[in-house]
Amino acid sequence: MIRLVDVNKSFGQKEVLRHINLTINDGETLALIGGSGSGKSTLLRLMIGLIQPTSGEIWIDDDEISHYDEAQMDKVRVRMGMVFQYSALFDSMTVGDNVAFGLREHTDYDEEKIRSIVSEKLGLVGLTDVEDMMPNELSGGMKKRVGLARAIAFEPSTIFYDEPDSGLDPVTTEKIDELIISMQKRLNVTSIVVTHDMETACFVADRIAMVYEGELIACAPVDEFRRMKDERIRAFLRGLYIGDKEAEG
Amino acid sequence: MEHFLEKLGSAVIKWLQYIGEVVLLFVETLRQMKKPLRIHHMFAQMAHLGVDTLPIVGLTLLFTGMVMTLQVAHEFIRFGAQSTIGGVITIAVGRELGPVLVGVVAAGRVGAAITAEISTMKVTEQIDALRVMATNPVGYLVVPRMLACMFMVPVLTIFGDFIGVVGGWFVAVFRSGISSYLYWHSITMFVEAYDITGGLIKSVVFGIIIAVLGCYCGLKAPNGAEGVGLATTRSVVSAIIMIFCANCFLSLILYQ
Ligand SMILES: Nc1ncnc2c1ncn2[C@@H]1O[C@H](COP(=O)(O)OP(=O)(O)OP(=O)(O)O)[C@@H](O)[C@H]1O
Ligand SMILES: [Mg+2]
Repeated sequence: MIRLVDVNKSFGQKEVLRHINLTINDGETLALIGGSGSGKSTLLRLMIGLIQPTSGEIWIDDDEISHYDEAQMDKVRVRMGMVFQYSALFDSMTVGDNVAFGLREHTDYDEEKIRSIVSEKLGLVGLTDVEDMMPNELSGGMKKRVGLARAIAFEPSTIFYDEPDSGLDPVTTEKIDELIISMQKRLNVTSIVVTHDMETACFVADRIAMVYEGELIACAPVDEFRRMKDERIRAFLRGLYIGDKEAEG
Repeated sequence: MEHFLEKLGSAVIKWLQYIGEVVLLFVETLRQMKKPLRIHHMFAQMAHLGVDTLPIVGLTLLFTGMVMTLQVAHEFIRFGAQSTIGGVITIAVGRELGPVLVGVVAAGRVGAAITAEISTMKVTEQIDALRVMATNPVGYLVVPRMLACMFMVPVLTIFGDFIGVVGGWFVAVFRSGISSYLYWHSITMFVEAYDITGGLIKSVVFGIIIAVLGCYCGLKAPNGAEGVGLATTRSVVSAIIMIFCANCFLSLILYQ
């Protein structure tokens, strides 16, 4: 279970997140929506301990991580995976080594087993025979999917997806959406999916939460969320972005 | 005046903070060294960074040895001290010129490469990806680079020392008319092992400075593409200054 209690985050003078209260249950899939620059990525980074909140508590199961140091945090992180918004693949390693990274670091599986896991996970995201390619030989969408394969390779119990489907074609998007659902069904994974795509949010999620200029203005089951009257939500449902910046493509 | 003092004060504080953070990174690197060492990464770094630097080190020390001898020989012959030239050149190269010049060259070549690589990883969130996968970036990136530099810079220095002395010999024999025998003989007469090993001790320290500063600047790179350029320049400049500064202290400790 992930629980945020009155979390605030500022960068210097700039308040990015204000009074966030949010509970995510085990095995639940939460979609996080909101305009560009509203603080969605920052929220994910807080939950995985990449940054620390200015104030408030962040609970991951029984760990209150807001003041954990790197070594303490690593013990929590082995149970988590993250798909980065811009892939963040290691560009000095092949695709295969990227996906195998967590396995090589934290298990003593033999090469053969690692290789079979790697090709299995790449298969799940619809990629074959790419193990020996370098990340800079891949298209943006392929990179994204390799990042996804890397995040699930270790079979974490919680996965953070930062826009797993932006910049992908509709067919691949659907495939990724199905993958997110099957991860949840097969392994009872807790997922937090940041997305700009309402269709994805409704399809994969149990609940939808909306961040608006650093505040969590709504968090409700999908059906309920769609019926909400709040004008900021209605605007988003109509497919409009109401962030202060233009959404990236 | 007050304004000036204020500025000076804040510059000093900034500088001290910078040094403090670099020292903290160094301490953290030592701490991370206990964990399973990634020896193959270290060798990869040594090969990757060392081999490319070898020719530059060779050329630098060759010309330095030559020009030193050119100047020294002229004066020494006037005083009838031609029988000491080989020894003087070797001591100068072994104690000071070899380690310092190799350090400066390595800062420009190796330090810059380290910073460019790590700052690129920083701005493209690869460092964050390491952390998310429960891998300590200091243990994974800084430790092998520091070990590589600690071993590689002395190796380059041995090579550079040798080339410098050979460059000196070349000028002494073919330009200043000193016999080959006299040059080598004076080395065996005047030079002690410590003249070389002391220089190598220095170069171990320079290797640490280059690696730790290189990694520090990379890890602290400001976001965005221009962050890489900024970080690299800062890394090279501060490493060179630190090398000269450390060299002064090390000479005082080692050779007084
Ligand atoms: N390290 C940082 N330093 C300073 N400001 C930051 C930092 N990280 C994020 N911000 C600011 O926080 C705000 C929220 O950023 P964040 O990346 O969380 O937005 P987002 O909701 O993920 O947007 P997008 O949909 O475009 O990815 C932005 O205004 C950004 O400028
Ligand atoms: Mg984002």
